[in-house]
Order: sequence, then C-alpha cells, then structure tokens
Amino acid sequence: MARQDNIQIDLQLFADLRSKMPPEADRFAVPRGFTIGNVLEKLEISPERAKLIFVNGIKQALDYILKDGDRVGIFPPIGGG
Amino acid sequence: MSIMRDGLVQAIRKLASSATLPDGTAVKVLTIAQVENLAADFRLSERMVEIEALENDIVPKRYLRNLKTFSFSDQARLLGAKVAVIGLGGLGGTVAEILARLGTGRLVLVDGDIFEEHNLNRQLLSRRSNLGQSKAKEAARRVKEVNPAVEVVIWEKFFKPGSAQALLDGVAAVVDCLDAIDTRFLLEEAARKMNLPLISAAVAGFSGHVTTVFPADQGLRLIYGPPEHLQATRGAETGLGCLAPAVSMLGCLEAMEVCKVILGKAENLRNKLLLVDLNDYLFQVLDLV
Repeated sequence: MARQDNIQIDLQLFADLRSKMPPEADRFAVPRGFTIGNVLEKLEISPERAKLIFVNGIKQALDYILKDGDRVGIFPPIGGG
Repeated sequence: MSIMRDGLVQAIRKLASSATLPDGTAVKVLTIAQVENLAADFRLSERMVEIEALENDIVPKRYLRNLKTFSFSDQARLLGAKVAVIGLGGLGGTVAEILARLGTGRLVLVDGDIFEEHNLNRQLLSRRSNLGQSKAKEAARRVKEVNPAVEVVIWEKFFKPGSAQALLDGVAAVVDCLDAIDTRFLLEEAARKMNLPLISAAVAGFSGHVTTVFPADQGLRLIYGPPEHLQATRGAETGLGCLAPAVSMLGCLEAMEVCKVILGKAENLRNKLLLVDLNDYLFQVLDLV
C-alpha cells in the first residue's frame, strides 16, 4: 500500500557530492509530494552544497515538487581553475 | 586605398603560392617567412599583413587547416579581435594556447602569480624549468613561440576591479580563468560595467562547467546563487583538487566560446551551462533561464 505513495526519480550527484549517492540512485524512491529540499535532507546534504539543481535539464529551486521519472542532477559550487 | 596598402596587396599577391586543401580545393598561401618579410618591408605588424592577405583571399599557411570551417573573413575577424584572459593557470594557460593557435589577433594576459610545483599536474604552461617564473610572462612567451603574429599585452598582477578599465578597454570578450568563486563575481561585474561578454568556466576534480554571460544576463548568480550569500562558500575543488583532463577540456571549451562570440555564432552557451563530469562522461547543456 505504502509503495503506491512513492515515486521514483533518477538522481545524479556530481563532484564531491558523489560520495552521498544512494544505492540504485537511478531508481531512487521518494514519497509523492517530496521536494528537492526534502531529498537533500534525506541524503544529509546541506542546501549550501546544492547551489545548482536541475530537473530534466532545466534549472529548478529547492521547493520543486518531484514527479515520477524526473531526472534530477545536483551540482555543488565549484570554482577551481 | 592608400598607396602603401596598394603596394602591400600587390606584394602579397606576387608572393602567394598555390596549395591545396586535403579535399582538393585550390588556395593561395603565404608562408611564415613571407609574412615576416612583408611586415619588415612595409613596417607593419605581422598581424596586419595576415589580415590584409585574408581580405584578398590568401591564407597564411599557419591557418590553412582552419579552412573551410573558418572562412577567410572569419579568420580575418579573429585576427582583428582582442581578448582578455584573466587568470593563467590551468584554464587560462590552455585558453591562451588555443586562442594563439586559432589566430586570435590580440591577447591581454593577466595573472600576478608565479609557477609552483603544485601547478605541474595540470597547468599546460608550467614546466620543471620555469618554476618561480611569472605566469603572465611565460604565457606571453608561449603565445609568441606558437604564433608571433599575435600581439600580447601582459599584466603581472592579480585582477582587481580598479584595473578593469585599462585591461579590458577595446576587448571583444573577457575569459574568466580564475580559481575562486568570489573573484569571478568581481570580474563579471567589471565586464558588465564595460558592456562586454564574459566566458566563465570552473573545475573541481574531474568535473566542470562553462557558460557565457552577456551584460544584460543574470549570469553567475544562476550558477552560484547571489554573491552576497557566498561568504564561506567553498568550492568542491578545495577537497577534490583540479585534474588535467577536466581543466584542459574546460579551457578548450572556453576558447571555443570565444570563437563563437567573436564570430557571432548563435549556437553558444548564453544563458546555458555546459556541465561536464568525466567520472561518468556526462556532457549536458542546461537551460539556466
């Protein structure tokens, strides 16, 4: 029953956030209605480390409400050269 | 047309020899030595001789393999352009090298740093034998070795907004090759004030991104958030380092963007971010707006 309330997202974490990648991140299950901010909380990633969030190739904010099948990428701030 | 220019064009035409592109297309070319001699004879810069040749459908041989991706007028336009490269480490060294080979006519090379041992892992222009030397001087030396027709101005100090007016005067594009997030915002602001496009890239580990910011655009705040919230924001490179494949690739992508901006190609990274992660070979263009 509970499964019906979950959706699956394809989660990609980049640069130093890779170490926070959950197993089977391409089929990461989250409750329906979850926001990007909720995902960060669940993965223990500070919003300060997630400045660049994109869903299906488009930049989104922390309050974006996830939909089943979303491709979510999270990039930390980087500044090296 | 002045008498002198008339004479130059005649001399160029007289000296030009025939060559063929690999596809069989016939072209007229000038050798490096011929460009040097013409510049001396007519008391012009090599760059001006090369531009004059291109405007008469004669290509300096060093640019032969830029054809036909570049037209003669594309190549002349690049030779006529001035570009500022701010920061001459991993990104900037590669940008300077590629822009010189492409035939970007004038370069302003800015860095107050010297080469150190920890630069050798990635910074194209650093060598065992030039440790301790000025990055700006070494970059100028390299550019002149590759393409003496490129006119170089160096500034052996770190970029400060106060010097922007002098450094960026007359440039067609500014290339952000800095290594800290806060100074990137200062450079963006300076470019915006002078109504100049900025090409910006950053690297951490095997990851990086590149974008182009025009003065009217929101720019780097779309990538890093508002600059006033930056305090103590550390880039991921502080833990991951910067590795040669990523930094050289991002430098090449910046040079490509410089080309597109100067040649007016619409398919550029304005309001887009090209994200690269070599860990899983991800290349993705994101819409920033």
